[in-house]
Amino acid sequence: MKFINYLTSITGISVYPMISMLLFTTVFLFAIYWAFGSSKATINEQKNLPFE
Amino acid sequence: MNSNIERFAYDNKIVKQFAYATILWGAVGMLVGVIIALQLVFPALNFDLAQTTYGRLRPLHTNAVIFAFVGNGIFMGVYYSLQRLAKARMWSDKLSRIHFWGWQTIIVLAALTLVFGFTTGKEYAELEWPIDILITLIWVVFGLNMFMTIIKRRERHLYVAIWFFIATWVTVAMLHIVNSFELPVSLLKSYSWYAGVQDALVQWWYGHNAVAFFLTTPYLGLMYYFIPKAANRPVYSYRLSIIHFWALIFLYIWAGPHHLLYTSLPDWAQSLGTVFSIMLLAPSWGGMINGLLTLRGAWDRVREDVVLKFMVVAVTAYGMATFEGPMLSLKNVNAISHFTDWTIAHVHVGALGWNGFLTFGMIYWLVPKMWKTELYSRKLANWHFWIGTLGIVLYAVPMYWAGWRHNEMLTQFTEDGRLQYQFLDMVNGMMGFYALRSLGGLLFLVGVIFMIVNVWKTVAAGNFVANEETEAPALAKNVTIHGQEHWHRVIERKPVQMLILALVMVAIGGIIEMVPTFLIKSNIPTIAEVKPYTPLELEGRDIYIREGCYTCHSQMVRPFRAETARYGEYSKAGEFIYDHPFQWGSKRTGPDLAREGTGVNQKSNAWHYNHMTDPTSTSPASIMPRYPWLLTGKVDESMTPAKIRAMITLGVPYPEGYDQQAVTDMQKQAKEIYDDLKLSEAQLLLGEDGLAPDQEIIALIAYLQKLGRDIEVANNKTAAK
Repeated sequence: MKFINYLTSITGISVYPMISMLLFTTVFLFAIYWAFGSSKATINEQKNLPFE
Repeated sequence: MNSNIERFAYDNKIVKQFAYATILWGAVGMLVGVIIALQLVFPALNFDLAQTTYGRLRPLHTNAVIFAFVGNGIFMGVYYSLQRLAKARMWSDKLSRIHFWGWQTIIVLAALTLVFGFTTGKEYAELEWPIDILITLIWVVFGLNMFMTIIKRRERHLYVAIWFFIATWVTVAMLHIVNSFELPVSLLKSYSWYAGVQDALVQWWYGHNAVAFFLTTPYLGLMYYFIPKAANRPVYSYRLSIIHFWALIFLYIWAGPHHLLYTSLPDWAQSLGTVFSIMLLAPSWGGMINGLLTLRGAWDRVREDVVLKFMVVAVTAYGMATFEGPMLSLKNVNAISHFTDWTIAHVHVGALGWNGFLTFGMIYWLVPKMWKTELYSRKLANWHFWIGTLGIVLYAVPMYWAGWRHNEMLTQFTEDGRLQYQFLDMVNGMMGFYALRSLGGLLFLVGVIFMIVNVWKTVAAGNFVANEETEAPALAKNVTIHGQEHWHRVIERKPVQMLILALVMVAIGGIIEMVPTFLIKSNIPTIAEVKPYTPLELEGRDIYIREGCYTCHSQMVRPFRAETARYGEYSKAGEFIYDHPFQWGSKRTGPDLAREGTGVNQKSNAWHYNHMTDPTSTSPASIMPRYPWLLTGKVDESMTPAKIRAMITLGVPYPEGYDQQAVTDMQKQAKEIYDDLKLSEAQLLLGEDGLAPDQEIIALIAYLQKLGRDIEVANNKTAAK
């Protein structure tokens, strides 16, 4: 309950934004790879799913 | 050819039920919106009744529009599209019905509890703990039905719309559970588990992502289904939709702290919120462009087809709102927009344009389909479109203007360095904008009434197909893979893996932002002079929460000259450590109250008494409602010990056994205020019951007089040294 008292400090908090940026870059590259790693046939098949 | 063709029927009845609920609650939510808009212009419309006062109706409006109108709209669209994309009837008709009636029960309970003053005091999460539990149960019913339908599907691949539905379900579950941790004191009263800065961070992590994962991702899923269906052509780029999905769900969750810029939230968390909000522009616009370009080569049809008209404006409004959002996350822009009507304009472009118009487009497309008939009147639907569009413009433009004007007036200084305007000068300058906004909202509502007539007539002329017969080949149990297969195609087929991956994506941002704020002491420097509320102040605070004072008053002085000159010293994180829940607010229709009991803002008890009874008696032209029931209502002393015990459980350092002492102390403090008021009784605007120490108004005065006091004591000590 008294969350604030568990730890008194963590050094190097400034590394958080760097970690965050790296994480996002990883996710973004993963999405790009996912999207462009798929064959045209697969993509076409999937984009037409609402019409089947 | 697969010879194993199975015959089955789609359940349209559940879609119909959710469609009717969407229309009904939409009209109710918007009507309440028009009423509260008019209350700001004509305060008499508060009717001096607790249940119809702005502070109680405003949460009713926001909850009705978000969770009743858009919520039912989501379910309407999901139940229709999911069955067709999965080529399967919903797994369980019984669960579908439990979901429908359960959700409507929640809405009715929410409406009743909110107007009767049972609220947690956390924006967009105001519902009390039993309703929170009911929401969780019904959400699980929805999820179970959805997942079992996906598992029992006859189409191997999950279309991108279903990804959005899965991410919506898992993220809303996470947000709702984390933000709803509260300690019950009675059946309809609880205190937030978190306090102050931590409560604010959790609340806006929730609040922002309620926008993201309740108002946006499910509607993006619906956009990816209904726009291609209405335009009769596949989505512009399926590859872009994949990137859109993963980038959006990963980024959105980080952006919450942009609601807390220049507040007492640690700086690094504010910066992180800003950076991710700006990055969010890319996937948001990727989605918008994908939606609009789906209509490439079909723009001529937009002129004729009212469904497409609604959808094009919806996606355009999404683009506008998601461009504006990142801009509002810049600290220099946020300094102007925050606490003003600019934010109100921003959210209504999203709510009226994106959610409203996409919902209307879906309804106009679905109703003729399910009733096997033509729309009763295209002309009336076109009227709806144009009057609705005009309504949005008439709503948004005055509110943008009002936001700028608000900021301009309150930041101006005279040549000799004094504030140029009183807060009330600004309020009076808003009246024209507020009147125009009411008209805009009214026009939007008139459009909805046109839709109700149109749907009514269409339904009357058609024949509803409750069970739509269809057939599809059964799904082969074993997948035959020809050649090499990419790893992600496996995930695309597996909904549970998709759910876990989506949960991991959305959990990362929340964990990185929240864990340090909870664990690192240096993030919330304590101030020795900040003391827990006395029992009377605590009771007064509960009245403040009950009346929804936070809907118009902030308690957060930002570190700007114009604010410190008007209100006093800027707010520190350590001031709020006993605030369960925090009451920083998000809009200043009235002035900030963080320093109400001290410095330039300090007023006498008698002033507060008269101000609550009739605000215009102390502040001519004030638009604040009157609170006559505070003169007749008595503080319920039987609850006070339980409240103190709850606070002790939450870590507030009252002495051991203080719950037994609390009522005596409360009566003593109330008597002191009573005695002080008695001295100026002749000037008091007394109610029928006269003056008494146990009146609710006395507790509220005690709370207001406490605001800012501790920090004043701390400063005096520092000065003495």
